[in-house]
Amino acid sequence: MAVSAALSSTSAAALPFRGGRICPCSLRGPKSRATSSSSSRVTAQLELKAPPYPLDALEPYMSQKTLEFHWGKHHRGYVDNLNKQIAGTDLDGLTLEEIVVKSYNKGSPLPTFNNAAQAWRPVLLLSLMLLYIWNHDFLWTSIKPGGGGKPSGLLLELIERDFGSVDALLSEFKQAALTQFGSGWAWLGYRAGKLVVEKTANAVNPLVSDYTPLLVVDVWEHAYYLDYQNRRPDFVSTFIEKLISWDAVSARLDEAIAASKSA
Amino acid sequence: MLHLFIVTLLYFFGYQKQKDQLRGSRRTSRIVAFYGLTAPPYELDALEPYMSQKTLEIHWGKHHRAYVDNLNKQLANSPLYGLTLDELVKVAYNNGNPLPEFNNAAQVWNHNFFWESMQPDGGYMPAAGLLQQIEKDFGSFPNFREKFITTAMSLFGSGWVWLVLKKEEKKLAVVGASNAVNPLVWGDIPIITLDMWEHSYYLDYRNDRGKYVNAFMDSLVSWQSATARMARAEAFVNLGEPKIPVA
Repeated sequence: MAVSAALSSTSAAALPFRGGRICPCSLRGPKSRATSSSSSRVTAQLELKAPPYPLDALEPYMSQKTLEFHWGKHHRGYVDNLNKQIAGTDLDGLTLEEIVVKSYNKGSPLPTFNNAAQAWRPVLLLSLMLLYIWNHDFLWTSIKPGGGGKPSGLLLELIERDFGSVDALLSEFKQAALTQFGSGWAWLGYRAGKLVVEKTANAVNPLVSDYTPLLVVDVWEHAYYLDYQNRRPDFVSTFIEKLISWDAVSARLDEAIAASKSA
Repeated sequence: MLHLFIVTLLYFFGYQKQKDQLRGSRRTSRIVAFYGLTAPPYELDALEPYMSQKTLEIHWGKHHRAYVDNLNKQLANSPLYGLTLDELVKVAYNNGNPLPEFNNAAQVWNHNFFWESMQPDGGYMPAAGLLQQIEKDFGSFPNFREKFITTAMSLFGSGWVWLVLKKEEKKLAVVGASNAVNPLVWGDIPIITLDMWEHSYYLDYRNDRGKYVNAFMDSLVSWQSATARMARAEAFVNLGEPKIPVA
C-alpha cells in the first residue's frame, strides 16, 4: 500500500523507484478502492497513462499524428491486450514490473504459469508485451517539448568521464540506434557506476538485464515512419537535438546512484 | 662499358614492366561483386488502392534500393565473389552465424521476391496443381489462408511470413521469420512472401496489420507467380505422380 501511495503522488519528472529499478509512475498495479484495505478482491488494471504533454507539443519534430498512433493505438493496444490476457490469472493484481520480472524469468517461463488451463499460453510473448509497454512509458518521459540542449551537473561529469565528451556519447547513442537492425531500442544506461550505451531488439529492455535505464529512443519503424519514412538517421538526430529531456535523465541518474548506495 | 651498362638498365626496366603487367593487381581495377536493383514487374501505381504508389516509391525506391547500395558497399571490401544472390544469402547466413553481408543480401533477395509475390488484380485463389497441393497440405484453402494470416499477425517485431515447399517433408507449410531470415537458409523453397516490417504497410494501413494482411490475401498475392515457382520447385522435390486426366 505504501508503494501505491508513493506511486500515485509522483509527478512524471521525479520517477519513483524500487530496489534500484526505475518505475515510471504510470504503471500502477492494482487500482484499489480507497475504502477497502484487506477484504475486497483487487483486479489488475494496468493503466495507459498519457505522455506528460499534449499530443501536439512535440511538433514539428514528432507530429501529433505520430503521437496519436504511437501512443493512442500501439501503446494503448498493448495495454488493452495485456489487461485482457492477465485478467483472472495469477498475474492479476501485480504491478507491471512484478509481472515483467516474474514472467520473463531470464528467458525461461516459470512453471507457475504453465498450469493445465494455461499451458498453451505464450508466456514469452506475454512478457514481451509487458516489456514493450514499459518501454513506451519510459519513452514518453524521456522526451519533452523544448527538449535537447545539453546535459549538466553530475550527468555531464559522468558523460565526460565515461565517453570523453557529450558529442562522443551522442555519436555512440546514434550509432546504436542506427545499427539496431529491425525493430528495437537504443538506451543510455547506468551499470556498476558507469554510463553505457546499449541497443536491444524488439521489446527487450534493461529490466531483465544488468543496467538501469536512463534514456531510450524507439527505433521501431512506427515510431518515425509517418514523419521521417525511411530516414532513421534524420529521426535520431532530431530526437537528440530537439526532444531529449536531460532533466529526466539526470533525475533517473540521481535515483540510480542513490539506489546503488542503499542496496 | 657504358653502352653495356645502359643496355642492362633498359633490359631491367623492361623486365619490371613485364612483371607488373603479369601481376596486374595494382594497376588494373579489382574485380568485385555487384548486384543490381530489380524493379517490380509492374508500375509503381499498379497495386493501388491496396498498396499505394507512395508506399512503392519509398519501399522500393528507398528501402530496397538502400539494401542494394549497402550490400554493394560491403562487397567492395569482401572476399565474397562469383555467387548468385541465392548463393550469397546462404553463404552469408553461415549456418546461423551470419556474416556482416547477410542482412543486406537477404533483404535484397526478400524484396525481389516480394514484388514478384504480388501482381495487379491479385488475390482470389490458386488453381489446379497448386490448389490441390494446398488442399492436401492444409486441408482446405480457407485453412491455409487462416494459417497464413495468423502467422503474419503473431510475428513480433520485424519479419516476413512465407509459404514454402519444405524439401525434407515434401509438403507446403507457412513459416514466419524475424528480420531478414528467409527459408533459403533452411534449404526450403519459397513460394510466396509477405513483408511484415512496418515500413511495408505503415503509410497505407498504420497499425492495422490485419487489414494489410487481408488485403494482401484478397487483392495482391500473385498465384500465377506462385504456380510458376511451384512448377520449378517440383524439379527438386518429388511430390508424387501427377494426376493425368483420363479423356
